[in-house]
Amino acid sequence: MRKKLWNLTSAVAVLVLLGAACAPAAPVTVVVTAPPVVQTAVVTSVVQATAAPTSAPAATPATTFAGLKDPKDVATAAAGGQNIKGTTLDILGVWAGAEYDSFQAVVQPFIDATGVAVSFEATRDINTVLTTRVDGGNPPDIAAIPSPSLAASWASEGKVVDLTNVVDPNTFKQDYAQTWIDQGTTNGKLVQVYAWSAVKGLIWYDPKVYKGPTPPKTWDELTAWAKTQADAGTTPWCMGVESGAASGWPATDWIEDFVVRQSGPDVYNKWWQGQQTFSSPEIKQAWQAFGAIATDPKMVSGGPNSVLTLNFGNGGDGLFKTPPACFLHHQASFITSFFESNTPGVKAGTDYAFFGFPDINPQFTNATEAVGDSFSLFKDSPQGRAFIKYITSPEAQAIWVARGGKLGVNKRVPLAAYPDALSKTAGQILANVKIVVVDASDNMPDAMNKAFWKGTLDYIQNPGNLDSILSNLDSVQKDAYKK
Amino acid sequence: MDRYVQLVLVLVGVPAALVGYIGLVEWVVQRLPDKRQPQVRPWLWIGPAVALLTFFLVYPVLNTVYLSLLNAKSTAFVGLVNYGYALTNGDMLLAMRNNVLWLVFFTGVTVALGLLIAVLTDRVPYEAVAKALIFLPMAISSVAAGVIWKFMYDYRPASQAQTGTLNAIVSSFGITPQPWLIQQPWNNGFLIFVGVWMMAGFAMVILSAGLKGISDEVLEAARVDGANEWAVFWQIKIPLLGSTIAVVTTTIVIAALKTFDIVYVMTSGNFGTDVVARRMIEELFSVRDYGRASAIAVILLLAIIPIMIINIQRFREQEAIR
Repeated sequence: MRKKLWNLTSAVAVLVLLGAACAPAAPVTVVVTAPPVVQTAVVTSVVQATAAPTSAPAATPATTFAGLKDPKDVATAAAGGQNIKGTTLDILGVWAGAEYDSFQAVVQPFIDATGVAVSFEATRDINTVLTTRVDGGNPPDIAAIPSPSLAASWASEGKVVDLTNVVDPNTFKQDYAQTWIDQGTTNGKLVQVYAWSAVKGLIWYDPKVYKGPTPPKTWDELTAWAKTQADAGTTPWCMGVESGAASGWPATDWIEDFVVRQSGPDVYNKWWQGQQTFSSPEIKQAWQAFGAIATDPKMVSGGPNSVLTLNFGNGGDGLFKTPPACFLHHQASFITSFFESNTPGVKAGTDYAFFGFPDINPQFTNATEAVGDSFSLFKDSPQGRAFIKYITSPEAQAIWVARGGKLGVNKRVPLAAYPDALSKTAGQILANVKIVVVDASDNMPDAMNKAFWKGTLDYIQNPGNLDSILSNLDSVQKDAYKK
Repeated sequence: MDRYVQLVLVLVGVPAALVGYIGLVEWVVQRLPDKRQPQVRPWLWIGPAVALLTFFLVYPVLNTVYLSLLNAKSTAFVGLVNYGYALTNGDMLLAMRNNVLWLVFFTGVTVALGLLIAVLTDRVPYEAVAKALIFLPMAISSVAAGVIWKFMYDYRPASQAQTGTLNAIVSSFGITPQPWLIQQPWNNGFLIFVGVWMMAGFAMVILSAGLKGISDEVLEAARVDGANEWAVFWQIKIPLLGSTIAVVTTTIVIAALKTFDIVYVMTSGNFGTDVVARRMIEELFSVRDYGRASAIAVILLLAIIPIMIINIQRFREQEAIR
């Protein structure tokens, strides 16, 4: 009897083993780090034409603005009279949580008007996942790639569709500033169209508790004030660099801000183009300026261990605690949606405001780093083309702009769409800035980008190893730009 | 509609094709002289399986070895340059060191734990329940295990409420919470523990089966002769379980060399936890250097071949005993 029971158990065990063994072990994971404290594992949503959105938006701002059409009409026009009802569209991006809700709000009029079944998948490790899929012959229809260098390499391999003839020829050149068109063009082909942008290197504070300079005229002025706070017992800065497989990217933003302000845009551009080494004094001093904050437990809330483990979306939450855990947070303009979803009730202007990263070197003033959310088309189809036309329209872009956290790239997105004075200011910074640079790490080849992220993590954990970290990055640089 | 047609085609067509093939083969074999039949028949029967294995296993291995001798985009022959990189690059050496850690500790702890649980549950009435609980983690994928334990190991600074289970327990005893997954080199230990948690059930099941195969008379005789339980365990059970332990050990060694999901999900290879398989994926999909990625794959293959040979030999011995 025991033997029979034992045989049965063994048989079941073998079956379970087989079942487990047959499950794919390949790294086609969709691991998403959502901004709320609890991290979710997978976000995949199939938004059917007839179903309501899976989560209702917190407030439904008006989606039709003066001077603009109804987004549904724009979507219908984008479809160009073709019957694309019932076709599918597979989109890959990085947005999760509140950002995902906003993207869904943008896509909903398109679905309602055209009947296309849109499914959206999110992963923070989008570079790897997308490369896996493209190389495996199973690309998504559309991908929102943060890295222009990856898009450029696929363009040269012919894996993305040339969008020059997909966008509306009448309106595209007028509606888009030439910089954004150039950013998305490789070898004469338009491979990325930008929908939203964010300004990086803003310093956020809570006006109710912040007593420092607004704005500080120089970085030294801000640091001096920060030191007084540290001596009085409160860490002046909050920081979080964790982001799954992309952990370290907020630290690279810090370093980039230092490089452009200490050494100017020429050094900065040579750097991301691979002609300025990491161990050169200009770049090294940027790392050290960053380390003065990130590796000092008196300067950053929670100390380096917290910096390394805190997700970037929660990085600024310390501003709003009682008592505040810090007074300053460095992050791009898109962080506002995270502020509002993590600490319910905070409002732009009253609870949070920003000033631009202060100047360091009087030679290079008023610099800003701008980044964009771009879309590329991997599989040519009528519904894919319709979506590209839709997403480049001011009507579609205004939907997310109104929800907060993004700036519209299309010039016709009206100022009225911006939900508060703060984002209007961010938009104006972008429009009026003297030195605009792109995100250096995103424009480096992927291997260099990843090594850069990893290097910052190593540096935060072991600041004494800076020289060996930088020389390691130099050898990656020699290798990565050859390909 | 086509989905249902496909389903029917698969459910009916695959068995039909199989039966049809065997029928055809038998018809051919009948035509041969009687002496030849038993010689030819086995090869024809396993023909399709061998063909599939060749196409999906043998050919890719040979192709990978070939690619490892070419450059990044597979356009020029570079000889053993990629192997040189794989064996001297700092990141690769770190990954190999970590794989050795996994080899030693993952295998050791899993087998020891499996053996311990098999022996302990052997004589309790609730044996089935205990075994089921230990075996349960095998039912989930390693990605799921990675995500679960990432929550368990979560860290918040001491001044804040702890969201990670381990830190919550530790801080309730007054110890400061620790960032388990960051502190080198102990973070490797915590990752290895996740692997142990998953595989201990497998070791336990196989060892338990082996344990029950030891005849009761031998154990009775030993106890009558005055041996205590400790002596019975070390001097009778373990030696008699020798080949079972070898089989379990070699299987887990192979798992240790292949480990990828846990590291990829929990730390992405950061903070000194990188492993060779994850580096291979990074070389392939991030750096997009097909030569190097293939070289790493071949090195892994060479590392696993001796283990596989031992495993198969032991398996044959086990079969011979039966």
